[in-house]
Amino acid sequence: MNDASLSRRKSKYTPRTVPVSEDGSKLTTSAMIASLDAEGRETVAAPFGHALVDLAKTRDDIVGLTADLSKYTDLHVFAKAYPDRFYQMGMAEQVMISAAAGLAREGFTPFATTYAVFASRRAYDFICMAIAEENLPVKIVCALPGLTTGYGPSHQATDDIAIMRAMPNLTVLDPCDATEIDQVTRAIADHPGPVYMRLLRGNVPDVLGEYGYKFKLGKAQMIRDGRDVLFVSSGFMTMRVLDAAKRLQADGVDCAVLHVPTIKPLDLETIAAEAAKGGRLVVTAENHSITGGLGEAVAAALMRAGVHVPFRQIALPDAFLDAGALPTLHDQYGISVDAVTASVKAWL
Amino acid sequence: MGRDTSNVSLARRAYAIRRNALLMGEVQGQGYIGQALGAADVLAVSYFHALNYRADDPKWEGRDRFLLSIGHYAIALYAAMIEAGILPDAEIETYGMDDSRMPMSGMAAYTPGMEITGGSLGHGLGIAVGMALGLKRKNNPAFVYNMMSDGELGEGSTWEAVMSGVQWKLDNLIAIVDFNDQQADGKTTDALAQVPEAGRWEGFGWFAQEIDGNDMDVLVAAFDAARAHPDPVPRVIICQTKMCKGVPFLEDREITHFVRVEPDEWARALTILDEDRPDE
Repeated sequence: MNDASLSRRKSKYTPRTVPVSEDGSKLTTSAMIASLDAEGRETVAAPFGHALVDLAKTRDDIVGLTADLSKYTDLHVFAKAYPDRFYQMGMAEQVMISAAAGLAREGFTPFATTYAVFASRRAYDFICMAIAEENLPVKIVCALPGLTTGYGPSHQATDDIAIMRAMPNLTVLDPCDATEIDQVTRAIADHPGPVYMRLLRGNVPDVLGEYGYKFKLGKAQMIRDGRDVLFVSSGFMTMRVLDAAKRLQADGVDCAVLHVPTIKPLDLETIAAEAAKGGRLVVTAENHSITGGLGEAVAAALMRAGVHVPFRQIALPDAFLDAGALPTLHDQYGISVDAVTASVKAWL
Repeated sequence: MGRDTSNVSLARRAYAIRRNALLMGEVQGQGYIGQALGAADVLAVSYFHALNYRADDPKWEGRDRFLLSIGHYAIALYAAMIEAGILPDAEIETYGMDDSRMPMSGMAAYTPGMEITGGSLGHGLGIAVGMALGLKRKNNPAFVYNMMSDGELGEGSTWEAVMSGVQWKLDNLIAIVDFNDQQADGKTTDALAQVPEAGRWEGFGWFAQEIDGNDMDVLVAAFDAARAHPDPVPRVIICQTKMCKGVPFLEDREITHFVRVEPDEWARALTILDEDRPDE
């Protein structure tokens, strides 16, 4: 192995002291979901699992499947409440997806869970041909979207939106917080077609409640208005840009936030109308590679609509990302509140 | 109509399936005719002995589900479904044409009676697992048959489904492997299939039978045994078949995965087939 290959990943590596958080504790790789949020914000435990249990009370057609990740996708809550409607398919994503298709063909509404990397990469052909081509109502719900683990590229689904967005018939969702995950779970159970949903699991921050937000499938919605910057964001990046907007406000920069939880079909009309208002820097923000995600979708939509405005993307680089503690990685790759705030200031 | 109660012999049904397939092959001047001729006996026993279905109601809830994992065998299944009255004779001449309900690869959205979209190999058995689970949830006593090829034994997803079928004790699942020892680049036994094949399935816990898939009496006995087997395990019938069976000059061609048939040979093949037409 030569020096170049050794240094490929850690190209700027220098020995450093152990990073610590503000309270003095060490930042470890396992500081995962909880570290997504600002300190002190309220969280809700397993919003997807509890919403599904609630739905299942009146929906006999709902069944759950997982490929050995029920505890890590909050499906264990459903499994405990409805053991006879839960299928542990083992560490076998291909047959999990195929079997979900078969159950859908027999009239059931399967919710199939795994990690985003495994659904989008390993099970792709099965989602595409057994489910999407047939337009079957299978809901594929996937934890660890984008950069939400420090385990490295094997678990970091930085490309899942790009992969799934190209699949005809598939609705692609990237909800922001606990409130929205609850609402999305209920909405997709009623949606007649296949869905790919990015999931935040465990203790999930609750952010949108205070804005009186209510999820509508296929709709982008303004969370706050502003004159100088229009953030167009999805997933937990909406909470990041809301926090950044508050900081920028203090510096006299007035930011609007347009939340786009439905990546496909994209709400072209609302996005183009907001961008066309003019006078604002349009900044897309996503927990995903800069290639093929929300940012490029919005850019293309604006070009097609003839809306020519200053445009910037906050996204992960087109690269296999480092392992490490999430707060460190989010700073490093530009998706922390600090990094977003700094980027916008530099662009203005 | 339920299981076939007519007095037409299975041999005559198989002849009709072969004939329908040759007529469709002639329409396009091509097609997976080798597979259709080879699998005609298996399909005759499936549709005229084993399966419970209603020809005028392909979505009847009580039907046995017959999944064609191998999309390129569509010509063979159309031929069988035409003989069964699920598809009309008149559509033979539309095979593979624009706007036809019978495209060259089998797709559920196009064709009445086509349960799934096959073609991306290694998919059918996993979908069959899910349908078998669904039928059990509904207390529906129907069987799920998944017709697959020996080439699909090379797909890892097939073996995920093999294990899953045992895990869920799917005694309503019957896999039919058309073992003709041909895949695109040569013999399946030079790749990932093996003879005998049954031992691998038995090792996973399936009730496995490995039979001559061109012997009608043997096929009937195997399908009966598969349905009647008392243990709570899935069942597989590995059918050793001969590509192009019934048309000797095609049987003798060396490369037969996609057998080349010259324009004048379709009529010749039909003539040969008709010379040995079995009695009703």
